[in-house]
Amino acid sequence: MEPLLSLRQVKKYYATQKAVDDISFDIQKGSIFGLLGPNGAGKTTLLRMITGIFYPDEGTIFFEGAPFKPSEDIRKIGYMPEERGMYKKMKIGEQALYLAQLKGLSKAEATEKIKYWFRKFEMETWWHKKVEDLSKGMSQKLQFVITVLHEPSLIILDEPFSGLDPVNANLIKDEIFGLAKKGATILFSTHRMEQVEEICDQIVLVNLGKKILDGTVASIKQQFKENIFSIEADQIEKITDTAIFTILKKEGQKVFVKINNDNTSNQVLAHLLQNNHQINSYHEVLPTLNEIFIKLVESTHATTRAFQNI
Amino acid sequence: MQQQGHFKIFNFKNNFMHKIWLIIQREYTTRVQNKRFLLVTFLMPLLMVGFIFGSAYLSSTGTEHRKIAVTDPNGFFKNAIKNTTQIEFLFPENIDTNNYSQKGFTDILLLPKFEKTNKTEYILRSKKSMGLVLQNSIIESINAAIEDRMLQESGIQQNVLDSIHKASQFASLKAYEDKGGNKSKESNAGLAMGIGYASGFLIYLTLLIYGTMVMRGVMEEKTNRIAEVIISSVKPFELMLGKVVGIGAVGLTQFALWIILIMSLTGVAMGLLPSDLQNQVASLQQSNGQMTGAGMIQASESAMRLYKMQHTIATANWPLILSCFVFYFLGGYLFYAALFAAVGSVVNEDPQDAQSLTFPITMPIIFSYIITNMVTQNPNTPLAFWASMLPFSSPMVMMARIAYGVPSAVSYWELFVSMFLLIAGFLFTTWLSGKIYRTGILMYGKKVNWKTMFSWAFTKQA
Repeated sequence: MEPLLSLRQVKKYYATQKAVDDISFDIQKGSIFGLLGPNGAGKTTLLRMITGIFYPDEGTIFFEGAPFKPSEDIRKIGYMPEERGMYKKMKIGEQALYLAQLKGLSKAEATEKIKYWFRKFEMETWWHKKVEDLSKGMSQKLQFVITVLHEPSLIILDEPFSGLDPVNANLIKDEIFGLAKKGATILFSTHRMEQVEEICDQIVLVNLGKKILDGTVASIKQQFKENIFSIEADQIEKITDTAIFTILKKEGQKVFVKINNDNTSNQVLAHLLQNNHQINSYHEVLPTLNEIFIKLVESTHATTRAFQNI
Repeated sequence: MQQQGHFKIFNFKNNFMHKIWLIIQREYTTRVQNKRFLLVTFLMPLLMVGFIFGSAYLSSTGTEHRKIAVTDPNGFFKNAIKNTTQIEFLFPENIDTNNYSQKGFTDILLLPKFEKTNKTEYILRSKKSMGLVLQNSIIESINAAIEDRMLQESGIQQNVLDSIHKASQFASLKAYEDKGGNKSKESNAGLAMGIGYASGFLIYLTLLIYGTMVMRGVMEEKTNRIAEVIISSVKPFELMLGKVVGIGAVGLTQFALWIILIMSLTGVAMGLLPSDLQNQVASLQQSNGQMTGAGMIQASESAMRLYKMQHTIATANWPLILSCFVFYFLGGYLFYAALFAAVGSVVNEDPQDAQSLTFPITMPIIFSYIITNMVTQNPNTPLAFWASMLPFSSPMVMMARIAYGVPSAVSYWELFVSMFLLIAGFLFTTWLSGKIYRTGILMYGKKVNWKTMFSWAFTKQA
């Protein structure tokens, strides 16, 4: 299948630093894609190029197979920036109408769609209210509606769940799955890994303007696995280090072991059975994305970069 | 293929215009529907009219009244000196510097024996010091009395003198502009000064008020972070242009409403005048101000004044002045509003930054206003010429010169060059500001000065 969005050796330099330094990746149509990275990694610059706000200094962005043309393709993109903004004094309905019309919808079309989404999110009574009367979570819901209103084929969400309570976070999460199922492509930007693991099909990790990781969540976990297994047994105190595995820690009824050298998990299990241990559960412990993220980023000085002059 | 390409360009333009139109609409309606706009629009003319009438009322009633005791060894002043509205000359017996205030006089004027010498000193003693204007009017009264006395002494009869005084009272200077051949047009320097001053002042005010409004609007979008949402739909330049044009339209609406309001208020005020006064003014108009015989007696002094006022106002070339005003207001507004937008885009939450950054923009506006005040009196100095050419100051200064007449005070080519330079000027500032704006609007947490702003404008960005 042809990818919806492809970046090929995209570069963007500011006066004193390389904000985006030679990044390439593909986003498949209908997938949920996670763009991860610490603060100042170049995510925002990357997103601004994808939304046509900036032009890359070098490299090409392909949208639906053709080179990206901001003036035309911009209507097919919905962008919800991390720092959300609204006109505080403007009525919510008028505001949504205005932003939808800027995306190219006619007034009638926009009105109809706004009504649909407001009904869906139980926001019908909000039409004549002003944004300054809304709570943070409420304005976030509004922002999401405005982003997806014009039925974009690419929806870019920068930290969509920050500030939402679990109920509303789930509401939005379900909506994201629903939109993806209907064929929309979702590009997520976040540094909250537990959400990424739950939602994303594919991720890219950027740091210091470079891509350092690319793949599906499962494949990345496989790539970074450390052959650690968790064993739940009746008498764990009797399990001791062997040539096959080393015990990492014991917790309640659980033992975490690391398999040594080229031994297999079956050899571990065989050893335990031979020694008449009562095994209640046995499974592999894969690293969380959070652990991978920290491991990859910690060695660099990524956090200090955010404070450098641009 | 050709056809298709052409169609695409057309579509894009359409789209561009459509988006700017949406932005203009929003900027315009949110402001015009605002209660503050309505309040200012309707209160301002009332306040202005009230201020004019109020100050006129105060100056007629609120002035001090002086009762001056005069000691006159000559004896002729008692009949010759004339009281003014503020000064009453009295000639009591047995008055001196010690008892004048007990006897109820505010001042005492000691006249010397008049001996036809060049130098004569009058002494005025007061308990309360006297202003320069009143002092001058006392000197005038004394001199007039002496002059009359001298004329009488040289053989002119009292009744002849009286008729001379009466006849000379209506004399006024009527200046005409020669327009080549026998054509000439009545001109009025006082009116020109008034128009120049008023339009210069209005443009000065609106440049500051609407310029600041643009800056605040941009700052609002930036600090609200809505700029990024909108800029993912439209180009930064479109957003800036839409805002500038939308707010300019608000300004024009306000002017139009003011003109309508002032005209209808004047109409109402004229309608409230006594009907015989109105009739007199009307008949004066029919006869071009020349009342002879019976008419002369009929027309009261106030009718004459009203007629003169209307007549003077009609001497100005109003269509030209109004259209030039609209042009220079818009040109000046566009010239400065773009710069204000650029400043708004680089400011973070701190309003103090805005103040220091707007200083280089407000300075030329204030200077132009000072120059305008000079130009209203001398429209043809080299300063006036250059200030009316440069787009920094031309909106105000040229209006002050145009009031003196085109082409008599300002030639057509001067007007043309000034207008051309203003258009070129605002195209340039808009271009420059667009460059600064598109970088500034998305940049947070960095303090910016004019040097950095110019470096954004003249290097490749985005």
